[in-house]
Amino acid sequence: MAELDTSGGGKHKGGKIRSKKASTRIDLTAMVDLAFLLITFFIMATTLAKPKAMDTFWPDKTKKDVQLPVPESRTMTVLLGSNDQIEWFVGAPGKSAPTKDNFGKNGIRKALIENSKQIEATHAGKDNFMIVLVKAGSKSTYKNFVTMLDEINITGIKSYGVVDINPAEVALLKKDGLD
Amino acid sequence: MARIKIPRKSTAIDMTAMCDVAFLLLTFFILTAKLKQEDPLQVDTPGATTKQLFPDLDVATVTVGRGKIFFGMEGQDIRKETLTAMGTKYNVTFTPDELQKFALLPTFGVPMNQMKQFINLNQDDRKKFAQIGIPVDTTNTSELFNWIHEARVADASLRQKALRFAIKGDSHQEYPEVKKVIDIFQKQAINKFSLITSLKTK
Repeated sequence: MAELDTSGGGKHKGGKIRSKKASTRIDLTAMVDLAFLLITFFIMATTLAKPKAMDTFWPDKTKKDVQLPVPESRTMTVLLGSNDQIEWFVGAPGKSAPTKDNFGKNGIRKALIENSKQIEATHAGKDNFMIVLVKAGSKSTYKNFVTMLDEINITGIKSYGVVDINPAEVALLKKDGLD
Repeated sequence: MARIKIPRKSTAIDMTAMCDVAFLLLTFFILTAKLKQEDPLQVDTPGATTKQLFPDLDVATVTVGRGKIFFGMEGQDIRKETLTAMGTKYNVTFTPDELQKFALLPTFGVPMNQMKQFINLNQDDRKKFAQIGIPVDTTNTSELFNWIHEARVADASLRQKALRFAIKGDSHQEYPEVKKVIDIFQKQAINKFSLITSLKTK
């Protein structure tokens, strides 16, 4: 069963020569193996190759009166510079020197978590969460931008916004050669 | 004394049924698998930890890379309707044959004045054709603005659904170019859109 009949036809002692009756059964094991291998490949290829999507929500610019006042002490501004470098500061620009940082676990993620904790500790009331403002400089890449939004998602920052960079902040980046 | 004979069973199994099932499944997976279409503009999407899958239907994608902007829509009916509307806007009339050819294009990056010529190329020549990208500026009359607008109108009339938008950007693309696209979205009050990423671990 399930294999080719390779045995000889036996000895012909006189009499008629009978034609060999070959078995019609073929070993299908190898074929099944191949079929399952291909199935596995197609299952993997169809579900794993799907691109992922990061949903983003932006303020409605067609309405003019939706600007919420943001207390400066609760904001952390992140400036995206060239060569995958970041500068960030808490509060209004120019009041404190910006900190140069990079992406990664010990870079901006640590800064986000620490600043968030500190702001929540120093502010009372219900709305004491940190607001992150992401401002991309002209030399920053799309990858920096996506990574920054991803870091915000990872650290679970409640409130963030993407804002156009202003000249004072461009100057800060330029001073450190990041723009 | 008679010895008890242990019947010797064959170890071979009939594989026919298993083979049938395996090939049936294989056929199913091959037919349902979506063929990967070659992008005219190759982009390397940045990694992120989002696990949300990108939808297949009712979505339009703006591809940004190497300073060029390409546009693509899902659904042949929507592609045809959008091109017809764009044709009336830019005084180009397309024949049903040209509309059908355009309906098979997943993404493109040619300005409207080259569109007719581009559609009539055969597949090989189309690959060689240097697509310069869709013209874009900050006004409300740029071609990309109109493409996005007409695609939304077409989707709303044909499917009664809100078209979703996505940006597929190259990792090394500088941000200002992406900002142009975001600005166009915001001008049309598209305040929710997706950024296409590839999966990476924390």
